[in-house]
Amino acid sequence: MFAEATEVATEAVLRSGWFLEHAWAIPVIPALSFFLIIFFGKRMPKKGSEFGVASMLGALVFAGGAAYEWIQRVNGAPEGAFVSPVVKTWTWWQNSGISFGIGQHVDGLTVAILLVVAFISTLVQIYSLEYLRGDRRYTHFFASLTLFSAGMLNMVVAENMIQLILGWEIMGLCSFLLIGHWWEEGANSRAALKAFFTTRTGDIGLLTGTAILFFSANEWTTKTLGVSGFSIRGLSSWALSGDPGHAAITMGAIALFIAAIGKSGQFPLHTWLPDAMAGPTPVSSLLHSSTMVVAGVFLVARLYPVFFKGMDILGGSANFIVVIGGITIVIAALLAFVQTDIKKVLAYSTVSQLGYMMMGLGAGAWLPAVFHIFTHAFFKACLFLGAGSISHSSSHHSFEMKKDMGGLSKFMPITFGTWIISTLALCGVFPFSGFFSKDEIIDNVGHNGYNVFMIVGLTGAFLTAAYMTRATYLTFFGQPRGASAGEHHEEESHDSHAAHDDHADHGHDTHDSHDAHASHGPHESGWLITVPLIILATLALGSGFLNAAPFGEKWENFKKWVEPSAEVINPTGIAYVVGSVGESRVASDTPTDSTIAPTEVATEGEQVAVEDPAASHTEGEALMAEASGEMHHESPCGTETPEQGVCMAPQIHHAPFKWSKAATSMLIVLAGFLLSLFMCIQLYEKKNKKFVGLTERNKALGFGYKLLVNKYYLDVLYEKIIVRSIAHPIAGAVYRFNQKVLDGVVNGAGTTAKGIAGWVYRNIDQRVVDGAVNGTGSVAHGAGSALRPVQSGKVNQYGALLFGAAAIGALVLVIVNT
Amino acid sequence: MLVNQFLILAAVLFCIGVYGVIARKNAVLVLMSIELILNSVNINLLAFSMRNGSLDGHIFALYIIAIAAAEVGVGLAMVLLMYRNRRSIDLDELSEMKG
Amino acid sequence: MFASDVLVAQNIGFAILATIMVIGALRVVTTSNVVHAALWLVVVLAGAAAQYVLLAAEFVAITQVLVYIGAVMVLFLFGTMLTRARIGAESDLNNKNWFLGIPVAVALFVAMAIALDSGFGSQKMPADSAVATTQEISDQIFGPYLLPFWALSFVLLAAVVGAIVLARRD
Repeated sequence: MFAEATEVATEAVLRSGWFLEHAWAIPVIPALSFFLIIFFGKRMPKKGSEFGVASMLGALVFAGGAAYEWIQRVNGAPEGAFVSPVVKTWTWWQNSGISFGIGQHVDGLTVAILLVVAFISTLVQIYSLEYLRGDRRYTHFFASLTLFSAGMLNMVVAENMIQLILGWEIMGLCSFLLIGHWWEEGANSRAALKAFFTTRTGDIGLLTGTAILFFSANEWTTKTLGVSGFSIRGLSSWALSGDPGHAAITMGAIALFIAAIGKSGQFPLHTWLPDAMAGPTPVSSLLHSSTMVVAGVFLVARLYPVFFKGMDILGGSANFIVVIGGITIVIAALLAFVQTDIKKVLAYSTVSQLGYMMMGLGAGAWLPAVFHIFTHAFFKACLFLGAGSISHSSSHHSFEMKKDMGGLSKFMPITFGTWIISTLALCGVFPFSGFFSKDEIIDNVGHNGYNVFMIVGLTGAFLTAAYMTRATYLTFFGQPRGASAGEHHEEESHDSHAAHDDHADHGHDTHDSHDAHASHGPHESGWLITVPLIILATLALGSGFLNAAPFGEKWENFKKWVEPSAEVINPTGIAYVVGSVGESRVASDTPTDSTIAPTEVATEGEQVAVEDPAASHTEGEALMAEASGEMHHESPCGTETPEQGVCMAPQIHHAPFKWSKAATSMLIVLAGFLLSLFMCIQLYEKKNKKFVGLTERNKALGFGYKLLVNKYYLDVLYEKIIVRSIAHPIAGAVYRFNQKVLDGVVNGAGTTAKGIAGWVYRNIDQRVVDGAVNGTGSVAHGAGSALRPVQSGKVNQYGALLFGAAAIGALVLVIVNT
Repeated sequence: MLVNQFLILAAVLFCIGVYGVIARKNAVLVLMSIELILNSVNINLLAFSMRNGSLDGHIFALYIIAIAAAEVGVGLAMVLLMYRNRRSIDLDELSEMKG
Repeated sequence: MFASDVLVAQNIGFAILATIMVIGALRVVTTSNVVHAALWLVVVLAGAAAQYVLLAAEFVAITQVLVYIGAVMVLFLFGTMLTRARIGAESDLNNKNWFLGIPVAVALFVAMAIALDSGFGSQKMPADSAVATTQEISDQIFGPYLLPFWALSFVLLAAVVGAIVLARRD
């Protein structure tokens, strides 16, 4: 068969392996485990958690194997060549010539994110074993958590948009379940609903965008690659082929980006993310480090060619993505200053970091942005788990930094140490991992000509350093306060009222031992919590060296493994073609020192032409036609239309690393640290009169403070204004608008006119204008009253409307068709 | 025989049925009108079946008859329930869903 | 010729049946007596059964008589008697807005008539179509259409259970 033939032909060029070929199993394992937990979990000795942990370990092993084999594949390929993704598809269902596949699309990006997701999920599950011990919905929690990971993994390996949407929506559902895990408390279920509805708002964009792209691209992809317009590789190469019309791809990209805004908490749909802290801390950690919120960024990175063309990235002017990213960085970082809840600080910090990723993607810094996903996952997960550790062991399930924390560095050395490492990584201090990714983003954004946004990025770095210093200071230094000092407040803990009663197994179950617990005060958490923390902190420190640009090209492994090469390739490189390829030796105009004999390509093409396309599942196996020596040579991809063959990735240049630039940003971060430390000591330690209560005395500062505390009034806008106006009858709203606004305007004009000339008032205003406006008002009122009886509750009238509408529709169709 | 003569007859019956559904207040009469609609569909199916020389239409007509029997059974049970609760089977009194 | 004689007879039969059916249907939706409406419905259904015979569908015609005229009509009459103490003419069987039905029905009919006319024009039925035997139909039902048949049995079961649950006096 074709598949075997291809393997023989390409073995010398591209290696594959069992794990790469079976990457589709990675989401399947946790998905199966979900059903096991649901059906058998309660009867198991560990209440189903063993299924969850085991499945995540299995997924991790698979992901690790796939990553290792992918690296082998890249290393085995010629320098600078396009390493084709390992693609497999099975027909899911088909209808009138359009078939939807399900399968895997494994390339560097997929492998990197798979590894991170599986890894963080495993650690979070282990951590949850301790954190949620004794919870009343323990089994369900693990079921949701496992399904959530399955959704994310499925989205990452997705071969086409339909599969991607499937994973995306599974995540949406599970995030609702997990955020509302302790739904007995009204605030939690409200937060869950808010997260669900806000992301759903964005999901409209995902569906619209997918539909737009499918209908624009399907013809081209079917003809050129033999795949449907849903497939990731089809869309990627279509976007760079010169086939798409400007409007179609722009609209598609904007619609998809709206989905990313909703999911990844970008301005202005970021409001759900801090509220989502209502869920248990492990959930926050998983959602906000590596999975849910990264989904939007991943979508942009995955379909980067579509956004590259659709948004005109590197086109010389600011585009939608970079602007949204930039705004998000700054507004979220500012919001982090006024939070007293430690998890909310971290939530806003996540929003801000996601802004960096988006800004990077929007400014053509694809690789640094993806690398930032990678590193951010580790240190942010570590920070969240650290916060959870504090509340679990020291502050009685409170997350209030000002009220219940302080001075914890003495009691929780491990938590403190890991927290500091992750904070430094988050702030981008050399040599912690954040430095290598965040600094690269800022550097590349500037290099690509987006100078304003480079400054925004540096401002963000300054703010990040400052608010993290504040949070660290409030938590770990100074004197213990509130619960950490042994005080009890019964009803103000945020996180785990429901779990509180059931926290039977570790010390403070009854009221007696409550006191006993208080007497021995804050303490370090158990090993199930500290071990994940230590592992994550190690990675927060070390993962940056995977792509350590400062040390030269040899250290840029992540770039080598993950970034797709912008080569013009023979369509057989990614898929079969229908019909003869024959002599199509592609891209003869690009500089080439091909290691593959042209005859091989021709043979390949002929084989493809002879075989039935449906016979093969491993089309990704085929060899790439092009190989070139230089990493930085000019490829036509992204800028002009390739004459023959297709592109899978746009040509992007990387900024050369300069120590001077790094030093500048380090100084800015240092300034942030110092200023914030100074302010903290003045405010919280010495209670300096000059600074305490400054917001009450200074009007401008007070206004800013109020704005921040109210989160820019966005929630008010959404809930009070937008939602309410839709919830109320629209006719009524129109009527009120007429009554109050238009009438007011016209009456005002009338009064003015009265002063100027009485007859105008009498003759024109009274009779004509006022009449008209009152007429509009009463028309709206009349329309409202006229429409109201439509909802009469009478079945016959509904029937009349139904059949009447059908009749009118049929008549219209008849008239149109004749 | 023309194909259309059956189809037009079915259309007439259908429209009469629709009129009945809209105009009648009595629940039993509405159900009867629905039967008219279902029968017109059956005539259509059988006419097409004859035109195409296949048996598929017969099968579907039989299934529709069976479904109609089930529908009448459940529908009349609901009418009975409604009568028992309100001493009336006038549909326009059932307007709790009024907006 | 013989064949054309049969055709003429068929057409005459069709016309008579169709007239009776339309009149019956109109009476169903206009009469002011529920029992009369049910009886008129019997006329329409019987006419439909006769039409099925014309359409070479004997088995369906027999089923129509058995199920509709036999069972469904009895149900209707029972329903009428159980819910109405008084049997006889009534004045308020129609809605206040009953006239809405006329334009809707006419519009629907116009749309369908235009569509049918342009779609089938003067197409003729095949003259030599064989009568579908019961055996053929059973081969179809228990062959390719077995799955819908099963589904249908479940629907009927559910309907029976549902009707009992709904109508039972608690």
